[in-house]
Amino acid sequence: MAKERTNILVCAGTGCLASESEKVAKNLELIVRARGYSDEVKIVKTGCFGFCEQGPIVKIEPDNIFYVRVGPKDAKDIVDEQIVKGRKVERLLFKESEKDKVVDKHEEMSFYKKQLRIALKNCGLINPEDIYEYIALGGYEALGKVLISMTRNEVINEVKESGLRGRGGGGFPTGLKWGITKEQDSEVKFMVCNADEGDPGAFMDRSILEGDPHSVLEAMAIGGYAIGADKGLIYIRAEYPLAIARLNIALKQARELGLLGENIFGTDFSFDIDIKLGAGAFVCGEETALLNSCEGQRGEPNFKPPFPAEEGYWGHPTCVNNVETLANIPAIINRGGKWFSSIGTEKSSGTKVFALAGKVNNVGLVEVPMGITLREIIFDIGGGIPNGKKFKAVQTGGPSGGVITEKDLDTPIDYDSLIAKGSMMGSGGMIVMDEDDNMVNIAKFYLEFTMDEACGKCGPGRIGTIRIYELLKKITSGNATMADLDAIKQLCYMVKDSSLCGLCQTAPNPVISTMKHFWNEYLDFIKDVDHPQGEGKYAAKNKIQKQA
Amino acid sequence: MKIKSLEELKKIREESMGGVNLRHGEARGESIEILVGMGTCGISAGARGILNRFVDELAKKKIDNVRVIPVGCIGYCHSEPTVQINIPGQEPVLYGNITEDKVKDIVESHIHKGVVIQNLKIDIRHTRG
Repeated sequence: MAKERTNILVCAGTGCLASESEKVAKNLELIVRARGYSDEVKIVKTGCFGFCEQGPIVKIEPDNIFYVRVGPKDAKDIVDEQIVKGRKVERLLFKESEKDKVVDKHEEMSFYKKQLRIALKNCGLINPEDIYEYIALGGYEALGKVLISMTRNEVINEVKESGLRGRGGGGFPTGLKWGITKEQDSEVKFMVCNADEGDPGAFMDRSILEGDPHSVLEAMAIGGYAIGADKGLIYIRAEYPLAIARLNIALKQARELGLLGENIFGTDFSFDIDIKLGAGAFVCGEETALLNSCEGQRGEPNFKPPFPAEEGYWGHPTCVNNVETLANIPAIINRGGKWFSSIGTEKSSGTKVFALAGKVNNVGLVEVPMGITLREIIFDIGGGIPNGKKFKAVQTGGPSGGVITEKDLDTPIDYDSLIAKGSMMGSGGMIVMDEDDNMVNIAKFYLEFTMDEACGKCGPGRIGTIRIYELLKKITSGNATMADLDAIKQLCYMVKDSSLCGLCQTAPNPVISTMKHFWNEYLDFIKDVDHPQGEGKYAAKNKIQKQA
Repeated sequence: MKIKSLEELKKIREESMGGVNLRHGEARGESIEILVGMGTCGISAGARGILNRFVDELAKKKIDNVRVIPVGCIGYCHSEPTVQINIPGQEPVLYGNITEDKVKDIVESHIHKGVVIQNLKIDIRHTRG
């Protein structure tokens, strides 16, 4: 029998599945068999390649040919031309939008050129439902190394040295969080993975879980060892059925090989993981709300302190880490904290995955080193703005972030620089807007979202977000006065300063930042003043006095 | 089976490598390419068997920095099956009239030792633009 000589990788992420990649894979399988090439060619269903705009993606290895927008009917040509005759199917190759240049290789495409993949390294490369493929690429070696040759403090120090910060948005140093949880004096501790990805437009966590679930399981076991927990929980929203299915397969396989369970690697460390399904509330991404939901209570946040590291799941010390954060851990253990900290900027090391969406040519998932500029992400990787329109702004940090305009496009991005620009990293959603987008409407859209998602526990969040939204609605309907602009501004800062948790503390950000950068667009809706140039504050007050 | 040591994990890794060694992801080092002409002429002259023999031989010798790639016809139909060996930094070498028993020689001599087999070689008389 001949050895396999070709692998056909078919993307089976949610995006590509929605455009019939399952059928593509099936047709490829059938035609390969019909032509008698089953022994030589393997069809592999992988996780997301990130280039969702151009899905379904099919990649031929080792030829390294990258096909885009492959439909079920194209399977015949791929097999008959590529596999049988070694000829590329030109019409399925990617064309760089501007130059119309045909590109056949992955690494020559500008979408991939500037990317550096650590968290996504196996996505689109391995079959996520086969633990042996993960192991073949070095999987679970980090766990073995940690259990056999490292003390708990050494593990924590390695993570501290890496400078890894929470990728869910907060940016809290991961090593420090592990250290604090380890120091707690308790026999029972928990390691929790936060997979309640809720930012509109962000889907990196889902893609990691769908494409490389074992990396998260391995990292959780490493974290469990470091903090002294023998039980892990993955809190994942029920809207991610594919990720849940693949996680369950991965858990089963890991248990079968003894990589989870009792006495892992023959040591006295035991660790197992449960999955908890969430109903998909945005607030449950906040760690205390998440833990309440895990316990079966309403998904509402608690006042911090005590932090979950001190009193978490059922009152026990609990370390909550985001999916993308965890996906970096095996690489940090294998290659060292020093290596990781050499990537990115001084205070934000490593890479960050961004979900690029909105008015941009190459919509998709990109992983880039920290310190890259927004211009590089939007124009080089993202391929610029479609239809020759002009770039206006980009919203980072989802509904908790703010807009960044043309003048700040060349700022190297990391956690701190984004906050300095009035936005935030958030979980990595990136929505690009062009000249046609009205910024007041954008702010209104985000407030509608946060208004719906505010849990209702604290007054400022429950009432404040609704009032801000109502004012925005009044403004866009053309009935607002300058006094309303003043009121909304005050209200924003009030909600920001007095809300209980991060959700509503950051909810006014889209309004504050669009007011700062696009004040004129607010004024365009106001009828009662003759468009003062400044902030409008004094004009509005004068107006009120005059009326009185 | 439960994995009880790093050695056992490494053994499973070794055994599983075959399943993924065709895949290089995005980080692709300099690797040797064996291009097998798979036009109609090549196929009818037995190129598919040649290609599979190459994959077999390389696996037997555990050589993993080589990619065997089917390509289209390059116009030397009189000498099919043809095989082109690209070693980074060297002029490509084209072999013609390859039979399955010669595959082993090419792997041993050219790929392994770097010695071109002169009597199989076809002079490339065209330049590529």
